[in-house]
Order: sequence, then C-alpha cells, then structure tokens
Amino acid sequence: MSRLSQIRQLAAPILLIVVVALVGSTTSIATQQNFITALVSVTMVIGLYVFVGNSGVISFGQVSFIAVGAYAAGELTVPTGPKHFVLPSLWSFLQNHSVGNVPSLAIAAGVGAAYALLVGLPLMRLSGLSAGIATFAVLEITYNVLEFWGKVAPPSGQTLSLVPTTTGLFQSAVGAGVAAVAAFAYQSTRRGRLLRASREDPSAALGIGVNIHRERLVAFALSGAISGLAGGLLVHQIGSITTSQVYLELTFLTLAMLVVGGAGSLWGATVGAVLISLLDSYLLQAENGLHLGFFKLTLPSGATDGILGLIMLVMLIVRPRGLTRGREWDLGIPRIIRGRRRRDQPAELAAAQPQREEPAIR
Amino acid sequence: MVLQALIDAIAVGALYALVAVGLALVFGVLRLINFAHGELITAGAYSLYLTRNLPMVVSIVICFLVCVLMSLAIEEVVFRPLRGVSPITTLVATFAVAIALEAVWLVAFSPQGKIANLLSPLNQSATHGSIHLRWVTIAELASGLLLLGATTVILGRTTIGLQMRAAAADFRAARLIGVKADRVIRFAFVLAGVLAAVVSLLLTVSQPLVTPTFGLDVVILALVGAVLGGIDRLASATAGGFLIGFIISFLGDELPASLSSFSTAFTFGIVILALLLRPAGVLSPFGASGVDRV
Repeated sequence: MSRLSQIRQLAAPILLIVVVALVGSTTSIATQQNFITALVSVTMVIGLYVFVGNSGVISFGQVSFIAVGAYAAGELTVPTGPKHFVLPSLWSFLQNHSVGNVPSLAIAAGVGAAYALLVGLPLMRLSGLSAGIATFAVLEITYNVLEFWGKVAPPSGQTLSLVPTTTGLFQSAVGAGVAAVAAFAYQSTRRGRLLRASREDPSAALGIGVNIHRERLVAFALSGAISGLAGGLLVHQIGSITTSQVYLELTFLTLAMLVVGGAGSLWGATVGAVLISLLDSYLLQAENGLHLGFFKLTLPSGATDGILGLIMLVMLIVRPRGLTRGREWDLGIPRIIRGRRRRDQPAELAAAQPQREEPAIR
Repeated sequence: MVLQALIDAIAVGALYALVAVGLALVFGVLRLINFAHGELITAGAYSLYLTRNLPMVVSIVICFLVCVLMSLAIEEVVFRPLRGVSPITTLVATFAVAIALEAVWLVAFSPQGKIANLLSPLNQSATHGSIHLRWVTIAELASGLLLLGATTVILGRTTIGLQMRAAAADFRAARLIGVKADRVIRFAFVLAGVLAAVVSLLLTVSQPLVTPTFGLDVVILALVGAVLGGIDRLASATAGGFLIGFIISFLGDELPASLSSFSTAFTFGIVILALLLRPAGVLSPFGASGVDRV
C-alpha cells in the first residue's frame, strides 16, 4: 500500500470528525450538545476499536477505563474550595490538588492506560468467551468500587458534580482527532500488523513467532489511554458523573456502535459512532417533541431504545460485517457508484477473492 | 447464621443454574450467547401479571406459551438471518433484541414495575428452631433437579437429543449426515423457552415486582456463571450457574458489615481468578480446551 493511500485512509475519519464539528457549529447551543456527544462517542468507540478491532478479542471492560478517566479528570478539576463538601472523604492528596483542563485530560489518559496495563497483564492471556467474561468482571469491580469507596470517589452513590464544563465542539473534535491519529498510527506499525495477523489466524501468527500476549497487552493499554481520554472529555462535557453513566448501558451502546459501523476498521468505528450517537440523541429529543419541517414528532417516553434496537438489528442483518464491511476508505469513489472494477487490482486477483470472507472477530 | 446463609445460597444457586441451562442449550447448537433469554423471563413474568385474575393453571399455561412462542419468534426473525456471521455480530444482535424488548416493556408497563404474586404462598416457611426454610427454596431445588434430569434424558436418550449433541459437536458434519439443522435449533429454543417460563414462575415468588430489567440482570450473572463453570458442557455450565448464585448470596449474607457493599467486587474478583486458573471453566474436565482458545 502506498504512503499516499495510507494517509488518505486516515483522512477519511478525520474528515468526518471535522464535518460533524462544522455542522454542529451552525446549530443552536442546545442542538450542539448532540454533536459534542457524537464526537465524544467517536473517541470512546475508537478506544474500543483499538483493542477489539485489532485483536479480534471481545472486551466488555473498556468502559471501566472511561470511568476511571472520567473520575480522575473530574476530581482533579473540581475547585479545591468546594471540593471538601463534594468529596468529603477523598484521599488528602487528591483533595488538596486541582489542575487545569488540558492537564486533567492528559492525566485521564494516563490513568486509563495504567489501569489497562495493570488489568491486562494477567487478563490478556485469556481469549474468546473467557476473555469477555473476565473483562466484564473488571467492569463490575470498577463500578462497585467507584460507587462505594469514598477515598477515590464521592460517598456512596452520589454524583460527582461541580466539574468545569470545558468540552465544547472544539475540544471534543480535537480529542476525537487525537484518538483517530493514535489508533491509525498504531495499526500502521509493525506491532499493530502483528496483532492483526494474530486476529486472522492465531496459530499461524504463533508459528511465525508473534508474541500474542504482548501484542494484545500493548493494544489494551493504548485502548485504555484513549478510553481514559474519552472519559475526561465526557466528564467535562456534562459537568458531573455518576457510576451508572459509565456502566452496562454505555458498554452495550459502544459495542453496538463499533459492530454496526464495522469492527475491522477505524473508518467503521468512526462511522458507527457518529451515526448511532446522532440517531440516539435525536430520538431522545423526539420523546419531548421534535420539529421536522411542518410537523412535530412526539415519541412515547422510553421508545428511543426500542427504535434504536430495531434499526441496529436491521443494519446487522443487512450488513453483518458492518456498514463499512470493516474496511478502511481511502476517499476513492465506491465501486457501486463508479460501476466497474478498480483499475489497480488485477482481474484474476479480484476474481479469486472469496465471495464471503471469514469473520474478522472470532 | 452460616447454616441459614447456606440454605439461602443454595436456593439462589438453583435458580441461576436453571437460567444457565437455557443459555448453554442455545450456545451448544448455535455458539450464540443469547442475551435475549432474559427478555423471555421478563415476558413470562409480565404475562403472570396480566393473567393475575385468571385461574392459576390457566395463568401458568399462558406463561409457558408466551415464553416458548417468543423464543421461537426471536429465533425465526433475528437469529436465522444471522446464522454463520461472526460471533460478535450475533452477540450485539442479541443485545439489540434485549434493548428493543426492554423498551417495549417500558412503554407498555411503565418503569415502576408490576406485581406478579401468583405463587406467593410458596413464601411461607417451615421453621425449625432458628432455621427458616421457605417452600420456594424446596420448589427451586426440586424443579432445578427435575428439569436438569429431564434435559439430560432428552439429550441422552432421544433422537432429537442425539442430533442436538451432534450439532453441538460439529454443526457442518451433523448436517452432512442428515441432521435437520432448523429442527434441532428450533427444539433448542423451545427448551430454552420452557426453562425461561419456569424461572419466571420461581423468580416472581422472591421478587414479585416485575420491572423492565427483571430478566436481564439474572441472565448476565447466569452467563458469567456458565462461562465460569464451562459453557461447552451442559453439566459444567449448570454447575457454574449454581456456583455464581451461591457465591453471590453467601457473600452478601456473610461478609462483615464494613465490606458488605463490596460483595460484587469480591464475587467478580473470584471470577477473574478462577478464569485465569482454568480458562476453559473451573468445572470442565482437566485437559479440556476452552471455547475459541488460541
């Protein structure tokens, strides 16, 4: 693959991020939140993609890194004055120190990476379903500890509030851009390719000397860093956080975004996140009445998830490998529109390609 | 009271074991983790609420019908078109079914919850000294053993059971020697529906308040248990389900007060340790390879 086409592959998700930010900037302040949410979702799903997409191992645990990122960034930016009231039993070091917006995001990414590394060290030996359940166990433990342990979070079950709201369109777009560049840089390196090789055929990868445990751990830690960053962006968007916001529902939703977009590519992760997130936001708005040109659409409250679930089902049945079929897009015009085979691909090679590819994730 | 905690833990374990069997049956033939199984349990429980004024037998029959028909419908509409696609896609599809159905419950029955107390007389307990044994505990244990026995007989002694086991071992080879795939899969979903109905009946005794997430919460934990035990085999998956219910209930009762809010963390800490030591499942035979292992 030429260097140019590689850069064009990165350009596609970046372009989409910029378009979402630009469109968002033309809308009212209230509607803008939908676009900020979409961009924060992109960061979350890219974090998930870096591990799940590249390794082919399912993880239900990535939201725990979002959670620790959100709590770290939140606790460190609540002004020290009111902090004693919001977080009375917090460790004194955390209680007496506060940092600015950008350092808090860096710390969130760092904490996410460190936690992922710690957890991944033993867990990355697992694969398949046992890996899925073990990472789910991490999510449950993280949730339980953040909910009840006053030294690292607000006293049992309370909301962490008074966090400065610094995540606007600009910050969320830059965050998503950083995540996309990091994910793309990683998957273009030798290490990233080794991991992707192990996804396609673990035995063959072992045979050529790939240390699968180590490669998975690297991806897991990078995924933790991006997820932590996403958590930081999230807490600065809403200005508060509770444990239930970073728990099961978000885990399901981010996984669905990744799979609907196409788990095999960065482009798929970005498309899935933008699409499902915007759909989710607008459906929620429709529960309170949404003006669509001439008529007002009002959905019964609670119907959002039903419609979202149905749409996701239809998408999965029509495109089981995701909307992008798990491929990157190098900004070329798709074959369907152009109507003929790509010129740079020899005819016999195209003919030899199997009709139905092996599933990327096993 | 350790003895009382043990009795309670056994009852909870039996219930989770029943859910785990339902999950393992479907997993066996389709390699599919069916999160929608929980919605069958919820549907059964809501049907008990809706039929609360009918005679008890009618109510129970309707509960079974609802669960079985819904199980078949989900198979027909969602899982059949997705046969042969990657496991992560089917997994997300089962989430999507669960989320969509939960929204249906939410809109139809409101989030407050409805009372289904058909079998609540089973809550009465036989007291011996300071030990309380509720009738439902006995019912849970009895139906757990009975259904597990019945499933074992069906799988081991009938033609369709043999075909199911063949399909579980090697789906393609089973089809080649004439096993009718759709029939086997449909049968697995019927059995799963029956099991879900039994769980609805028993679960509404201890938790008569039916909310939209009634079934999902149980299914997630039962799945953890099934994988912990070894979801490859019906027996180990069932025992795993029992184990997780037992651990949760026992830790909840017996942890000192200062730590009791962390019982979830302890439970899942044990799960991680167990999986690291025996990735194929703690209760699977030694030397067995786990599912999809590298």
